[in-house]
Amino acid sequence: MKKYSGFSLFKHSLSHHENWQAAWRSPQPKKEYDVIIVGGGGHGLATAYYLAKVHGITNVAVLEKGYLGGGNTARNTTIVRSNYLWDEASKLYDHSLDLWKDLSQDLNYNVMFSQRGVLNLGHTLQDMRDIERRVNANRLNGIDGVVLNTAEVKEIVPIINDSQDIRYPVLGASWQATAGVARHDAVAWGFARGADSFGVDLIQQCEVVDIVTEEGAVVGVQTTLGFIGAKKVACVTAGNSGVMAAMVGLRLPIESRPLQALVSEPIKPILDTVVMSNAVHAYVSQSDKGDLVIGAGTDSYNGYGQRGSFHVVEHTLSAICELFPMFSRVRMNRAWGGVVDTCPDACPIISKTSIKGLFFNCGWGTGGFKATPGSGHVFAHTLAHDEAHPLAAPFSLDRFNTGHLIDEHGAAGVAH
Amino acid sequence: MHHIYCPYCEEIREEEEYSYTGEAHIERPKDPASISDEVWGDYMFFRSNPRGIHHEMWYHAAGCRRYFNATRDTHSYQIHETYKMGELPTVTAPTKAAPTKAAAQGDAS
Repeated sequence: MKKYSGFSLFKHSLSHHENWQAAWRSPQPKKEYDVIIVGGGGHGLATAYYLAKVHGITNVAVLEKGYLGGGNTARNTTIVRSNYLWDEASKLYDHSLDLWKDLSQDLNYNVMFSQRGVLNLGHTLQDMRDIERRVNANRLNGIDGVVLNTAEVKEIVPIINDSQDIRYPVLGASWQATAGVARHDAVAWGFARGADSFGVDLIQQCEVVDIVTEEGAVVGVQTTLGFIGAKKVACVTAGNSGVMAAMVGLRLPIESRPLQALVSEPIKPILDTVVMSNAVHAYVSQSDKGDLVIGAGTDSYNGYGQRGSFHVVEHTLSAICELFPMFSRVRMNRAWGGVVDTCPDACPIISKTSIKGLFFNCGWGTGGFKATPGSGHVFAHTLAHDEAHPLAAPFSLDRFNTGHLIDEHGAAGVAH
Repeated sequence: MHHIYCPYCEEIREEEEYSYTGEAHIERPKDPASISDEVWGDYMFFRSNPRGIHHEMWYHAAGCRRYFNATRDTHSYQIHETYKMGELPTVTAPTKAAPTKAAAQGDAS
């Protein structure tokens, strides 16, 4: 792998940037691997990267049925934060936030991580009580957070409607200054390039159609490119996790739902932070190229269609227009849906299964992007040692039988 | 936006009148106190979540306020049928044992 640097940029400018090395190879699959990762999104690629880098396991393939980072990695609203309520979740997401901080240097790839802060608005007395509780819990866990009143919110976001006469007035907010956004495609590409440099095979246009087991243990996968053997198979397939589990007769506590997002036409810089509100369901930031990036809610029903109902979009836009009246004339450019794997407790599953050598990393639901490096890091440990990373241990599949759920619906940000 | 036929009102209404209430035909264990945590957890949380034919419950919240079932394709979003509680679906996935597997393979071809 050739290192990217200011010097290499200058050098390649002399040949009109026509001689850059491909960021990764496109190899044919080998007959067998130590680990096969199903799903070439951010989480899968991060898992491959840390498996090679931290644990020295490089005989690894990432199988992707479409193209790298083309699923939910390309469809999310790119927010990174760690202000979750419960100890287990906040530690996992904060571990991820720590990795984000020097990810660009680590990967030698600019993931454009920008710590511009996140506001979670409160609109009722109960909202504010919940915010105080969550911020206090965050601070006890070493995560920065403050409770702001209306005037302080207005100071950070001068364009917000602070009138107390609207249907759901802004009474205050929680503020995590270390939160922010990152460039979603760059994250997938950076991890892909990094994993490839350690010898991991990234195989695109290769769909897994069956998981092959013998005597209760995984022996490989059947794909559209034929059978590929593996000692361990790790499914990192987000919304399609239920389909993967059904291949071996398992069921998961997951339901796949369409989650929508949309972007506006590019406008001049107006919003330099992230504003979200659970109560009225507004969720907006501005990308570096100027479009407003808006997250809508999930549809209420199961669906694999990567599209959602219009009234869900209408609902979120009406809330945004009330909070930001000046946005009412901004035209929307594109809208799309992604299939998210929602869990009953709005927390992920990072776990072994009853089948030897079969692992799942799924259930991230509406909020997986922020966890991309952390998820890959702890899952790689779980795969390498056949034992959960301490941060991943509370997120095992058996919590749905023991009852040790980690209820993060309040901090998950998007109602589902 | 789904247009859903309520088998009680006998009318097609817009999705916003309804609430989705999850997978249908899941029977509550008769004697919860006597079963293991595994069985109870499976009943509470684990779902088939197929890509394809799915039997599910809807609640006509802004209409007759009754529950009914629907058979819907979770990939094409086509609603094949709606039927009253207690009735059985007439449209089912091709292989009952592993409907999602069949759907996934069908997709690949």
